Amino acid sequence: MKSFTYTIQDELGIHARPAGVLVKEVKKFESKITIEGNGKKADAGKLLAVMGMGIKKGTEITVSAEGADEDTAIAEVEKFFKENL
Amino acid sequence: MERYAGKSILKGTAIGKVLFYSKEEQVVQRRSVEDIQAELERFEKAKNEAVVQLNALYEKALKEVGEVNAAIFEVHAMMVEDGDFNDSIKNVIESQAVNAEYAVAVTGDNFAKMFAEMDDDYFKARSADIKDIAERIVRILHGGHSGGDLGEEPVILAAKDLAPSETVQMDKTKLLGFVTELGSSNSHTAILARTMNIPALIGIHVSEDMDGKMAIIDGVSGELILDPDEDVLKQYRQRQEEEKRSRELLQQLKGKPAVTLDGKEIKLFANIGSVGDMAKVLANDAGGIGLFRSEFLYLEKDDYPTEEEQFQAYKTVAETMAGKKVVIRTLDIGADKQVDYFKMDKEDNPAMGYRAIRICLDRPEIFRTQLRAIMRASAYGNIAIMYPMIISVDEVLQIKKIVASIKADFDEKGIPYGDFEQGIMIETPAAVMISDLLAKEVDFFSLGTNDLTQYTLAIDRQNSKLDNIYDAHHPAILRMIQMVIDNGHKENCWVGICGELGADLTMTEKFLRMGIDELSVSPAAVLPVKKIIRETDLKSE
Repeated sequence: MKSFTYTIQDELGIHARPAGVLVKEVKKFESKITIEGNGKKADAGKLLAVMGMGIKKGTEITVSAEGADEDTAIAEVEKFFKENL
Repeated sequence: MERYAGKSILKGTAIGKVLFYSKEEQVVQRRSVEDIQAELERFEKAKNEAVVQLNALYEKALKEVGEVNAAIFEVHAMMVEDGDFNDSIKNVIESQAVNAEYAVAVTGDNFAKMFAEMDDDYFKARSADIKDIAERIVRILHGGHSGGDLGEEPVILAAKDLAPSETVQMDKTKLLGFVTELGSSNSHTAILARTMNIPALIGIHVSEDMDGKMAIIDGVSGELILDPDEDVLKQYRQRQEEEKRSRELLQQLKGKPAVTLDGKEIKLFANIGSVGDMAKVLANDAGGIGLFRSEFLYLEKDDYPTEEEQFQAYKTVAETMAGKKVVIRTLDIGADKQVDYFKMDKEDNPAMGYRAIRICLDRPEIFRTQLRAIMRASAYGNIAIMYPMIISVDEVLQIKKIVASIKADFDEKGIPYGDFEQGIMIETPAAVMISDLLAKEVDFFSLGTNDLTQYTLAIDRQNSKLDNIYDAHHPAILRMIQMVIDNGHKENCWVGICGELGADLTMTEKFLRMGIDELSVSPAAVLPVKKIIRETDLKSE
């Protein structure tokens, strides 16, 4: 399993639009990708679950990937967070 | 005549008949079904249809309101296809052996409730999105079609609430404005109203009685006026005309360069007094900021603003202008602008007293703090520094010495700064008369015509008895302006006007013919001036 932690910089937190893009991004990989933060945990491939976490600006989250392509997956997802959130 | 107070989403006026819009309440009944498989298929089909509709809405919105605002429908489509949402619906159908409509409605309510209970306003508002998609699927299952038919005559729409999909579906040529009871200024509907430039109010109690009545939306005060009197109606019609004219000007000129018919590009900039004015600068499409009065940083506080505080303010403006020129004028207090903590003596004649650059050179610690802040901010955009109230070459040399010592310090410490131009205000007759010499020392001149007029004509600006002889178009002033332009150009300085005269539309063409390079005016004057610039041909007399 691979993981990284990241603090959300976006003013609105993980809001609808980036959450939607994230879900698309995550679906490219075989690995199961999970987000933890705000005392909650969600499958990063599920839009409503991710939005339902209510992650706001300044919240520290941990993203982990588990599966055959976990190395590439975690690198790409981390890049996504840094660029968009 | 009745007035209702609400909250304005867009500053604009709308006048027209009210159409009371109520969603056909979709009564969802719980029915038992025998063929669960068939029900699951009904849901799948409806879901697919919903995605098709949402994609079509996305395309429509993309054309009408742009990518950023259209994105919500893409997100809606993804919500429809969300795994948890679908699992829940299928689970309800299977475990309870009930109809798809009921399963969708129950699931929609549950998810909407989850968002409504979140403590953040943004996420709370998302419950409306969930309701919107659930209603769409139910509507498809019912075989009904979606709303949005406004009739023939343009109307002001009154509704309890409007979903973003309803707003986008409406025919914009039939929609004068809308009024809703619910919704927040953060809602997508509000955002769409702003993008589509439709006057809108929220927080107004709407009722069916309003239907068919004449109404006015006052987007400035946030009021809805029902059954207005003739006089009131006339007054608002006039206001609407004015709005229309300025909007037309904007549409006609926004994004177009400030260039004369024969191809001379003029720097058409805006004057601002605080960071808060930036929105107006952008809305009026100014090509840069020609005068950023830094005094506000000092006037707003009861002690000297720190280097860091100033740096943040300058950096914000430089970054917001994204590479466009930002001319920051160093502290210009004294005269009519007094700050207590500077502890200045009372003067008999402050306009000719201890002010502006005179204070800065006398108390260099204050000046250095400001210069350091501006120079640091210059790493983040296209900043220029302008010094006020100059009367001698020696003052400019002293300033340049201070700037050079700060640069040396920055270089040593590795603090970044950008390439910044340095220029001076020409607002004293002395500066005009030696402008040939000053031009060798600086990159630009900016004529402060208000002070220049008062000093040249020996007329106190504060004395209203002299208003009748105060003549901003006095030949002495015009000759001075010509002299400054010519002397500046000989040394490759650009020359501008940042005083009130710069926005005098009767003078714009004359200044252009005199060779002016820059006009910096209040944000609201930018487009009217741009219009004249674009209509002037300097080659023809």
